[in-house]
Amino acid sequence: MEPFIHQVLAGLATGGIYASVALALVMIYQATHLVNFAQGELAMFSTYIAWSLINAGMPYWGAFFLTVGLSFVLGVVIERVVIRPVENSPVLAVVVVFIALLVILNSVTGWIYTFTIKTFPSPFPGQPLFGNKYMSSHEIGAIGVTLVVLLLLYVFFRFTPLGLAMRAAAQNPESSRLVGIRVGWMLALGWGLAAAIGSVAGMMVAPIVFLDPNMMGGVLLYAFAAALVGGIDNPAGAVFGGFLVGVLENVLGAFVIGNELKLAVALVLIIGVLTVRPSGLFGKVHVTRV
Amino acid sequence: MALLETANLHAAYGQTRVLHGISFSMEEGTITTLLGANGAGKTTTLRALCGMVRTEGEVRFGGQRIDGRATEDIVRLGIAHVPDGRGTFVNLTTEENLRLGAYTRKDRAAIDADLERVYGYFPRLGERRAQQAGTLSGGEQQMLAVSRALMLRPRLMLLDEPSFGLAPLIVRELFGILRALNQKEHVSMLLVEQNAAMALDLADHAYLIETGRVVLSGTSGEIKSNDAVRRSYLGY
Repeated sequence: MEPFIHQVLAGLATGGIYASVALALVMIYQATHLVNFAQGELAMFSTYIAWSLINAGMPYWGAFFLTVGLSFVLGVVIERVVIRPVENSPVLAVVVVFIALLVILNSVTGWIYTFTIKTFPSPFPGQPLFGNKYMSSHEIGAIGVTLVVLLLLYVFFRFTPLGLAMRAAAQNPESSRLVGIRVGWMLALGWGLAAAIGSVAGMMVAPIVFLDPNMMGGVLLYAFAAALVGGIDNPAGAVFGGFLVGVLENVLGAFVIGNELKLAVALVLIIGVLTVRPSGLFGKVHVTRV
Repeated sequence: MALLETANLHAAYGQTRVLHGISFSMEEGTITTLLGANGAGKTTTLRALCGMVRTEGEVRFGGQRIDGRATEDIVRLGIAHVPDGRGTFVNLTTEENLRLGAYTRKDRAAIDADLERVYGYFPRLGERRAQQAGTLSGGEQQMLAVSRALMLRPRLMLLDEPSFGLAPLIVRELFGILRALNQKEHVSMLLVEQNAAMALDLADHAYLIETGRVVLSGTSGEIKSNDAVRRSYLGY
């Protein structure tokens, strides 16, 4: 029983990270109906920024918050400069831009920092917290950070006028303009927030998977699976999906299929959900009159 | 000085020209109606005033040129548009819809007071304040659209077919409230309607539009007694 509990708890820790990235995907999806394939690489790039700051002698939490801020700005700039010109283009054009962003971010990072794997520090102590034998401090800390991020986002979208305006702009751009919302900027803000959330996920996952330009490849797949399982247009569903995928991946990897096939769990989930229940567990079924 | 004035206003959707030089004006505090058959260009005129279609020609609001400006900026001048199709934010609650109407305002206390004032005019919206707006009936959504526009504290309200798809009883109730808003709160209104009889009863002035041009204008009384109008639009 003990190893099983351990795997479930460790799954929750990585699940929180998938949940964050899934949430970033859902945010962009709600506004544009597209999945941002570059979300993971954006998070990876942010993590390298944090690594540089820490190596330059900045204390961890200073670097953490500065990275979140810089990532937000980076997200906004990318939307304004790269995405905006293709806003009204056919879907495939935008998807190609996303993939280009993915490749460019990946190679530029490799070019600046080399592809050598680096260690990334955890802000949490090395010994297990409270002497528990199930989870490392970093795992507990990562879950805590994820929950704080989720709570902040919930409060922002639920209770602030700006959060309300962002939700409005995503679902009805024309009516939003008629009440004075600058819809284009809401999109840019969404990109900024998504990039900021991604950066937190990157910094939380890097101590586990180590820092290298390809570190988010797997995470993005799990996050995509999580978003689909929960319903790609449902933020709460994406969070639930994230934790679910994290636990499934760990438990199946440890006891059923072995670690080498873990990533297949994500792929099976993606294909399974898309064929059996495309709207996910909590997503809305869209019906169009033809 | 006229509150709103257009001169030689043209508009087109792509290659299709819809407005061919519309000129009209309205005074502050009045209700003016644009009448015309389907496809005459009434909705397009309202959309042109708000910068929602490409236009040529002049639009002045309070003496200031507003043509060519972004919709978001025109709203900030105090023009609230109750759009064709009601423009409900279907996944948000009634109250969130109303708060969005006041998005450009910063006076939080006054916004809360205005919410209660709107619920006073439309008690049914007050009962349904926490309900998802997409689940409201057509009439309630139209009331919501008018209320959302009111939350801006507009100088001018553009109303696009507020009677569309509503039961006659609801239409009468809605028009009664529009009249009250105009008389008590001095909101100027530009009303587009297919229901010419009701529109003429409510409005002070009327313009008749045919294929993108103004063909007749006058006070509501004059228009009502015009033989051609009576036969074509009032049906008696």
